[in-house]
Amino acid sequence: MGAIYILWLRELKRYVRSKVQIVVSLGQPCLYLLALGFGLGPVFQRAGQGSYLQFMAPGVIGMTVLFSSVFSGIAMLWDRQFGFLKETLVAPVSRMQIMIGRTLGGATVAVLQGILILVICLIAGFRPHNWLAIPAAFLFVILIAVVFAALGTAIGSAIKDMQGFQLVMNFLVLPLFFLSGALYPLANLPVVLSFITRLDPLTYGVDGLRGALINHWHFSPALNASVLGLIALAFLSLGAYLFSKIEV
Amino acid sequence: MIRVQNLVKTFGDFTAVKDISFDVAQGEIFAFLGPNGAGKTTTIKMLTTLLRPTSGKIELDGLDPTVQQKEARQRFGIVFQDPSLDQEQTAWENMDLHGVLYHVPRKVRAERTERLLKLFELWDRKDSYVKTFSGGMKRRLEIARGLLHTPRILFLDEPTLGLDPQSRNLLWNHVKHMNETENTTVFLTTHYMDEADKVAHRIAIMDHGKIVAQGTSLELKEQTESDSLEAAFLALTGSSLRDEGASSADQLRQVARMWRR
Repeated sequence: MGAIYILWLRELKRYVRSKVQIVVSLGQPCLYLLALGFGLGPVFQRAGQGSYLQFMAPGVIGMTVLFSSVFSGIAMLWDRQFGFLKETLVAPVSRMQIMIGRTLGGATVAVLQGILILVICLIAGFRPHNWLAIPAAFLFVILIAVVFAALGTAIGSAIKDMQGFQLVMNFLVLPLFFLSGALYPLANLPVVLSFITRLDPLTYGVDGLRGALINHWHFSPALNASVLGLIALAFLSLGAYLFSKIEV
Repeated sequence: MIRVQNLVKTFGDFTAVKDISFDVAQGEIFAFLGPNGAGKTTTIKMLTTLLRPTSGKIELDGLDPTVQQKEARQRFGIVFQDPSLDQEQTAWENMDLHGVLYHVPRKVRAERTERLLKLFELWDRKDSYVKTFSGGMKRRLEIARGLLHTPRILFLDEPTLGLDPQSRNLLWNHVKHMNETENTTVFLTTHYMDEADKVAHRIAIMDHGKIVAQGTSLELKEQTESDSLEAAFLALTGSSLRDEGASSADQLRQVARMWRR
């Protein structure tokens, strides 16, 4: 347990200490929120869908958590190159504990980022339909964070250099975001797109968040939570397996 | 304590370690010498469970590190050739994290950390981030950390690289002391022949993935009819220079430098 805790704590310390990075990583979601939220607002309104800011704020929170958690996993690349990974790999603790500590640390950081961006959304004018919904939203934020932190760990264990990182960014993280319904409603989509969005784990996370926050559900809360839970287990197993195979 | 038989490691079609065998007895200080790219670090990585051997047998204190990984890891400590500190944490936190990973009880951890940081003259910088340290300080911290838990086998992979003579002296005196009082087995690699000559009981010379000679310093000198270990080393390995391919790690370090503040 000590190993899990100390590695979890390490991720947290790194986050709290890099103030510049906190600001930088919130810049992108803010841009989406302001440019798209206010820019597409009038069109959305005219289409009879209500306020676009209200609609997309949960999506932007989901995006923040997605980016933050995947990157924390991929940050393992730095630890690999700066050598710290080796220090943990030769220690007499199971790789499972190391992987769990790192992943939970990354997920915790992602949750904190999610909370920060929720606060920014509130400042920008976003209002949840009911303040009591915040805990439910919190649950979905945690699920999203664990799913993608585990995915990040799996990827971080498998790739070895920056080229791989770019590949993941362009062909995995951005599609996960754009195909998740974070920016548009899932109803009445073309068949192909509708099919693809159902394969994207983030879809269920964003739907859960949106449902909890503004009571706009596409799937049921139970379906969202159980799909995310299952995927989290699958990714954690995959991450644990790939992490146990690391050689440096 | 360490027994290696017919150990082989290949990367693709390149064979880094070609069928080597050696034994290190308990309480012995054993030096592994060899030019760059000879396969010393690859061998250490296999001994310390970081790489899986392609074939051959390894025994650490009677354990097979490829199977009983955790038990084997409990028995050794290692100071790596390249840095392995967490730059974003303080010296104290690095020591503490290591102590937790190696199950050193809290009180003992604090005591030993203080003693080692004082010994390596890092105590007054214990709360500074490692990224603010000079190369020599990082190296010293790395060594102090490797000694925090008292391992039965200590691996030192070119520990004195980039250290001033004072620190080197300090390190070897401490290692010798550990060896004498706690009967710690020491397995080291170095490029400094005088160090090997001074501290090692036995020496193996490795070149192109093979062990070309092993024995005491005296035996090696007699075998090659040279008057110093350095001359013996050159007689055994030739005087041509070796190339090591730049690994993806080196390339990434370059990128990392661009990204970091």
